[in-house]
Amino acid sequence: MSKNHVTVDGVRVELNGEKNLLEIVRKAGVDLPTFCYHSELSVYGACRMCICEVEGRGLQATCSTPAEPGLVLHTNTDKTMRIRRMALELLLANHCGDCPTCDKNGNCRLQDLAQRLGVKSVRFPKPEFKHEVDSSTPSLVRDQGKCILCGDCVRMCKEVQGIGVLDFIGRGWDVKVSPAFGKPLSDVECVLCGQCATCCPTGALTVKSDVERAWKLLYDPKKTVVVQVAPAVRAAVGESFGVLDGELAMGKLAAALRRLGFDHVYDTSFAADLTTMEEGTEFLNRLQKGERLPQFTSCCPAWVSYAEQFHPELLDNLSTCRSPQQMFGALAKKHLPEELGIAAEDLAVISIMPCTAKKFEASRPEFAKDGTPDVDLVLTTQEVVRMIDQAGVLFSQISPESLDMPFGFKTGAGVIFGATGGVAEAVLRLASAVSAPKHRNVDFHDVRGIAGLKEAEVEVGDRTVRLAVVNGLANARDLLDRVAEGESEYDIVEVMSCRGGCVGGAGQPLPNDMAARERRRKAMYDCDSVQTFRNAADNPFVQEAYRKWLEEPNSHTAHELLHTAYQHRRRLTGETIGVAEGQEQNTVEVKVCVGTSCYLKGSYDTLHKLMDCAEKRGIAGRIDLKASFCFENCGGGPSVEVDGDLHSGVTTETVEALLDEVIAPKLGRVAEKV
Amino acid sequence: MAALLKLNSPQSLADLRRKASAALDGKALRVVVCGGTGCSSNGSHEVFQALKAAVDAKGLPVRVDLLDEEAMEALSVTFSGCSGFCEVGPIVRILPENYFYVRVSAEDAEEIVEKTLMANETIERLMYKDRHTGEPYARRDEIPFYKNQVNIALTDCGLIDPGDVREYVAHDGYKALGDALFNHSPEYVVEQVTEAGLRGRGGGGFPTGRKWGITSKVRGDKKYVICNADEGDPGAFMDRSVLEGNPHAVLEGMALAGYAIGADEGYVYVRAEYPLAVQRVRAAIKQAEEAGLLGDNILGTAFSFHIKIKEGAGAFVCGEETALIASIEGQRGMPRPKPPFPAQAGLWGKPTCVNNVETLANVPRILLHGPAWFRSFGNEKSAGTKVFALTGDVVNTGLIEVPMGTPLRDVVFTVGGGIRGGKAFKTVQIGGPSGGCLTTEHLDLPLDYDSLRSVGAMVGSGGLVVMDEETCMVEVARFFMNFTQSESCGKCVLCREGTKRMLEILEKIVEGKGKVEDISTLEELAETVRDGSLCGLGKTAPNPVLSTLKYYRDEYLAHVVDGKCPAGQCANFKTYSIDAEKCKGCTLCARKCPVEAISGSPRQLHTINVEKCVKCGACFDACRMNAVVVA
Repeated sequence: MSKNHVTVDGVRVELNGEKNLLEIVRKAGVDLPTFCYHSELSVYGACRMCICEVEGRGLQATCSTPAEPGLVLHTNTDKTMRIRRMALELLLANHCGDCPTCDKNGNCRLQDLAQRLGVKSVRFPKPEFKHEVDSSTPSLVRDQGKCILCGDCVRMCKEVQGIGVLDFIGRGWDVKVSPAFGKPLSDVECVLCGQCATCCPTGALTVKSDVERAWKLLYDPKKTVVVQVAPAVRAAVGESFGVLDGELAMGKLAAALRRLGFDHVYDTSFAADLTTMEEGTEFLNRLQKGERLPQFTSCCPAWVSYAEQFHPELLDNLSTCRSPQQMFGALAKKHLPEELGIAAEDLAVISIMPCTAKKFEASRPEFAKDGTPDVDLVLTTQEVVRMIDQAGVLFSQISPESLDMPFGFKTGAGVIFGATGGVAEAVLRLASAVSAPKHRNVDFHDVRGIAGLKEAEVEVGDRTVRLAVVNGLANARDLLDRVAEGESEYDIVEVMSCRGGCVGGAGQPLPNDMAARERRRKAMYDCDSVQTFRNAADNPFVQEAYRKWLEEPNSHTAHELLHTAYQHRRRLTGETIGVAEGQEQNTVEVKVCVGTSCYLKGSYDTLHKLMDCAEKRGIAGRIDLKASFCFENCGGGPSVEVDGDLHSGVTTETVEALLDEVIAPKLGRVAEKV
Repeated sequence: MAALLKLNSPQSLADLRRKASAALDGKALRVVVCGGTGCSSNGSHEVFQALKAAVDAKGLPVRVDLLDEEAMEALSVTFSGCSGFCEVGPIVRILPENYFYVRVSAEDAEEIVEKTLMANETIERLMYKDRHTGEPYARRDEIPFYKNQVNIALTDCGLIDPGDVREYVAHDGYKALGDALFNHSPEYVVEQVTEAGLRGRGGGGFPTGRKWGITSKVRGDKKYVICNADEGDPGAFMDRSVLEGNPHAVLEGMALAGYAIGADEGYVYVRAEYPLAVQRVRAAIKQAEEAGLLGDNILGTAFSFHIKIKEGAGAFVCGEETALIASIEGQRGMPRPKPPFPAQAGLWGKPTCVNNVETLANVPRILLHGPAWFRSFGNEKSAGTKVFALTGDVVNTGLIEVPMGTPLRDVVFTVGGGIRGGKAFKTVQIGGPSGGCLTTEHLDLPLDYDSLRSVGAMVGSGGLVVMDEETCMVEVARFFMNFTQSESCGKCVLCREGTKRMLEILEKIVEGKGKVEDISTLEELAETVRDGSLCGLGKTAPNPVLSTLKYYRDEYLAHVVDGKCPAGQCANFKTYSIDAEKCKGCTLCARKCPVEAISGSPRQLHTINVEKCVKCGACFDACRMNAVVVA
């Protein structure tokens, strides 16, 4: 008999490369509870729930104990149970306990474990809870009173997403999870991917709900409400109802959405096909010209935010294509009123997305026309499940229905956008069809799979295209570093912020772990394989859209409607610092940016020169001079704002001109040159 | 100080040692003013200046530089590090006679110069006198406080100038390092330390030789030695005194550790709240590098060892080695689970050996005198000596070093001189917030790792707080819990939440609001936090509670059942009343009472309204008739 085993509660468990004792215990069929253990994150060891008795070693946290042959464990003893119950009692005592009204009610690990382990009373007095709720972003809500400080969000953001927006502040009882300097999430480098919320065991980090706004639109008799459903949604929406087949779930969802009051149900996969046409054409053009390579995909809004904040030097390499959601929105807002015979202002476009960052994307000013957003409202899969529940629609019993045309028609290429590698594969299918129409290939297995980084070389015509697919922003960061160092060279790179791609988006139902993501990913390809058309170019409705409205891929019209531009957003926002207060009446407010980028470009010297010159001209007393942080004009710095008007490139050489030609005239007099 | 020549051979070091030793320990008069933190705070810098001025005024020849060959016979006035007897500072020592003057002020300088320096007369007024007998002691080593100590780690503390590496070299400094580099293998160094039975002096008591052995065997292109000088226990100042008094002993110990394990870089992690220690270590590193005793190619050999200082930002938990490492790396100072141990993956993921200050200071002595010599102090499992910071209600407070296994009685009553004010001994809190309490029944307990552990206490880093009969043990537990609670890093649930809840219960009890069931909840909490916490801080945080519950449970019960604080310390249990016999109606108490709880007309008996009384004691202090009765 092999000696390569551990004994767990009397059961022998063979060792097979498990990272730690906890995995062994779970392999032994014991669901040892944890708050802070996630196989994809580093071991943290803080919740103390997984403590077991190890013979000869006493009490050990199994998550942080290597699995060694011969160990004998006891998972359920007087001491281990006492520790678990005490830890739970202590956590409950310091928890706001708003369970009935909490978003996570029924889906909260603290609630679940307290029940499971039989914690019946809490002996410690509850402190007074000041609900510190951060709802500053369109995507997420952070409620400090529900945080149990397991640190999962901190490690998720740092380790998987490579950003580190959240960390601990304070000590002992006062410790908190917070963005830097206690700022709201909207003021820091959060890209709103929401992965922190996917691993939060309680209701401390949740998706910001737009359910009430959606009901309001649906209840409005004047509105025609159309909905687009993102590819990845079909792979997860049925999980709560026991429907795992993506095609079936999509049909049932269409039926359910109509019951909820949506007038037309469309598929974002249609817009994904359009994206493939635009992005593929853009890529083939760049490839031919050999410029702005590698081309990075731009469908993922969290990745776009990440690039804008952390890699402004790469913005030229991003595809200028809007994401499928925004292409859909633009097209729908422009052409659907006519198609449907309604007034433009009566049309509302709602999207159902697997993603929290999509809420932010829809709110970006460049995706609005005359103040009206192309996509009025974004619901996540979680929210639509909640609406189905609220309306009492029995998803499991409802018969599937087909989608509405023309925007309900998709090819397999549009469906796989929902999984990592899907966008790359869609582009490859297109390129393959263009370059070798007779030997077109639709299955590119090298780019499929859940791995964080996939690389492939594909023959396109007479060229070898070097391609990389990354998911998880830390993987993206590593890839960018390698590209910058010249260690890797690619022609096209697909980046999805969430592990697994959109199927693992933070809007998807919980649990949203790697196992769930892998299952959904497979469901995407199952949907793909049953489609009649699997190349975006073959989508007849896409072809029609070009004929009727868009001319041809990358045409001027297509550019206007379907493409966008990016900007440098590296920032440090915050309150301004008063430098010199105007002493007299009728002052002018002048703000000089001393944020990182402007500072490096010499804005500090600009500020000093401005003060000196104003002094010499005797107008210092009439200028309210402030140092400020970031006008988000980093590319044009040093930036100076005069009574709300932004001026770029104000250096020590040009600041006198600004003073004389802009500031002084505002003061109603022309200063004499000294 | 004259520029240092770079030493590049055993011979050059031996030459310097011979010269420096002759200069330092010759017949010339040496006035050594204690420049430790305690004496400095008491004005030893003024004393130093006054002594120099007085010497100058008398026109006495003074040697400014140790090796000034033209002034070998002249007297010198220098600073030393901590002399240990902080209670009686500022301290001035005069060598070679070893006269020992206490509580010296600047005004005494002239007399010291005239009488002692010029006429070799002692000044009785400045001598230490026995508290009980009044007997004066002229020389340091006659004083009971010192007589019963054995100095290994504290060797030369309070004697040599920590700012002059040559004084350390004079007393065999860096000899052990030179000997190891030229004559022995790294394995030999590990063997010697192992054989000596040296155990970690920072609290854990892990065998140092074994730690070095493990780290030396781990493969790695880069290794580190870290000196843990993040001393943070309330009332503890052992490490600070060693760093201030003899920084080179620690640096030499680190270099030896580096040689033993194969490291070329070390960090001294010292708390920023020790500015003098930081300054002295920084200066010492610079001098040692100039002299070729640290840095590249030490003493001309292939061995290089660089030491950097990292100042801690004030978190107690950074004394825990994994938190300390995180802090050096620029991370938040939070412990992480072990394994991996620092020996496997420590600083920047490299094999790292973390040793405490006192442990490292012992190392050069062990290599100089051999393991057998070291083992001749202490007992079987706890060899050598231990430095304790003796504080609290004891007559002689200060820094002491006694052989391991010295009975508690000797420490408190012989070295410590007994309890202040003739009160009775009640307890000793040993090991700081992680430690426990020892009672009268433990007075004959040998102070060593295993004996202490067997009674629920620990050597800890060496804080020894003596308490008299008027100490409430519940309050002691509350005090330490308050400390640990605010110093918890907040990472693991049990320590973060559990210490807070224990503190709440203890506060309830000392405020007189405790219930009987609170004691069982407290005990359950304490045991769970001990069993389940992530790091050493959490695991040991309940010790003050558990040991007071074990030895003084009746005091807890008295608080919650009888509504009494037997020691009379907890204010909420006191009742104030006025003795009708003694009260003359002077109205003073009523005027002093901040809450107008006392009523009474002039020359009439006054009374205290118990409902209103906040038990502040102002009336008791004010009454000249002793008419206020506290019960």
